[in-house]
Amino acid sequence: MAQQTINTISPNELLAYALRLKNANYRLVAISSSNVENGIEMSYSFDSGNDFVNLRIIARPGDEIESISSIYSYSFLYENEIKELFGVNITGISPDYKDKLYRISVKTPFNAKEGDNNG
Amino acid sequence: MGKETVIPFGPQHPVLPEPIHLDLVLEDETVVEAIPSIGYIHRGLEKLVEKKDYQQYTYVAERICGICSFMHGMGYCMSIESIMGVQVPERAEFLRTIWAELSRIHSHMLWLGLLADALGFESLFMHSWRLREQILDIFEETTGGRVIFSVCDIGGVRRDIDSETLKKITSILDGFEKEYSEITKVFLNDSSVILRTQGLGVLSKQAAFELGAVGPMARASGIDIDMRKSGYAAYGKLKIEPILETAGDCYARTSVRIREVFQSIDLIRQCIAMIPEGEIKVKVSGNPNGEYFTRLEQPRGEVLYYVKANGTKFLDRVRVRTPTFANIPALLETLKGCQLADVPVLILTIDPCISCTER
Amino acid sequence: MNFSKKSPWILHYDGSSCNGCDIEVLACLTPLYDVERFGVINTGNPKHADILLITGSINEQNKSVVKQLYEQMADPKVVVAVGICAATGGIFSECYNVLGGVDRIIPVDVYVPGCAARPEAIIDGVVKALDMLEERQKYARKKDK
Repeated sequence: MAQQTINTISPNELLAYALRLKNANYRLVAISSSNVENGIEMSYSFDSGNDFVNLRIIARPGDEIESISSIYSYSFLYENEIKELFGVNITGISPDYKDKLYRISVKTPFNAKEGDNNG
Repeated sequence: MGKETVIPFGPQHPVLPEPIHLDLVLEDETVVEAIPSIGYIHRGLEKLVEKKDYQQYTYVAERICGICSFMHGMGYCMSIESIMGVQVPERAEFLRTIWAELSRIHSHMLWLGLLADALGFESLFMHSWRLREQILDIFEETTGGRVIFSVCDIGGVRRDIDSETLKKITSILDGFEKEYSEITKVFLNDSSVILRTQGLGVLSKQAAFELGAVGPMARASGIDIDMRKSGYAAYGKLKIEPILETAGDCYARTSVRIREVFQSIDLIRQCIAMIPEGEIKVKVSGNPNGEYFTRLEQPRGEVLYYVKANGTKFLDRVRVRTPTFANIPALLETLKGCQLADVPVLILTIDPCISCTER
Repeated sequence: MNFSKKSPWILHYDGSSCNGCDIEVLACLTPLYDVERFGVINTGNPKHADILLITGSINEQNKSVVKQLYEQMADPKVVVAVGICAATGGIFSECYNVLGGVDRIIPVDVYVPGCAARPEAIIDGVVKALDMLEERQKYARKKDK
């Protein structure tokens, strides 16, 4: 199995890294997130030609994560989604739908604080 | 300048069988802004990993969307296989490629029909869907299902296609290609189709890149992006050139998809000529542990699966970023400045799959 | 068939279906299955419709939409739930945004099985619904007398 590059960085380095990738003509593929022990892990995937790289940060409860929509304008959909489904506090998203993207009855359904469900 | 009006587009709208929802901000007849919202088909199926084990989840993955069902199952299986280091038999890789390309034909035919319907061209809609049934017949004969097959499994595929049937597929495709060429002439040369699609919703190459467009939407604007070139499944052994247009309007997007059907027919022929004998499945035991990002090319463009496993039979996370989701920013941008009456056709030309997008 | 038999018009609504059943409903209308030969037409207007065809399950968002569509239809009317999701929620019944089958909020007359439901089964369901429609019409006429 091919190894995939995952670069773990601290949340305040995020913009600098993203800018560097943007200048190297990388395309933002997706922002994915998942629950980990000490918060929510966010993976930013980028692609250029055959190169596929991931930046990873961990958003601890209470952390403010700055939006990369000033660098990658289309990150706003991913960021709004993560904000609404995982409850990560992402600031400065443009446009910020203010919890109106998902019209669902459950608030932050993916935020695992509901006990053990790993069967 | 007129007054601003907000018109809700959807959820029940005749142009799409699915409930799409957009708020269109209008100034007179011109769209100034479009605001999407998600929820009518949102099921939250990514969270089902907590209740279904990683084998069972294949069935959930296939039901992310009934149109790209096969490729969703395939992408999920590929992710698990990558994590577990499973080597899929070569014959299975070819069979997967054949079914994937047939799915692309069926999806594009379906879309062509919907486009004809949106244009008010009823007979063309019927012809596209009539032809599409020939592909569904192949599915039914080889997998038993018409829309959802459950034929892809972790470690390979569940059914083989014998050489007799492969020959039959070739001859069905020969006939299909002839009839299809006739239909495409209407789509590409009919003056009213041209009037309604050319110059509409133009997305420049620069804008397509800046907005992260994928699939036919990006290729119609001249961006050379096609995940099949990364060589997953059997694509590495096939000759494949991404189909590009430069105009970036609705006509170019139609043209790209029309030509892609011919390309898929060619790819299936290549597969049938090269398919090796052998096993179709390896046994998979144990539980996955690790994480992997898989990307492949669906009819609507690049899709990404992120699977994270923890060594138990229940996965930590499955995340799907579908092509329509990636194309929404570009859609919102092209909608700005268009006429309200053009909105249905414009939305349709990104080939939106709401079920995929909302999951 | 006699001439006074009704040509039923259908209103199709996609609850939260995966598209599988929807494209099969559409396939019913196209040349291979061609339900138009029975006089069946897919309409977008609930006031025109006799049969409400629902695919997919009910959630918090479409609850009111489905209810409204049903109430807007003129009597007599019949509801056909197409596919396992419309019947019970199916594979997605455990999802947080899925409430369950269509019968949670409106009365369902015919359940069409399958995932995805096959066109033959959908047509069968519609034909069953037709009989019910006729029954109801007769009953309504008797009551008027």
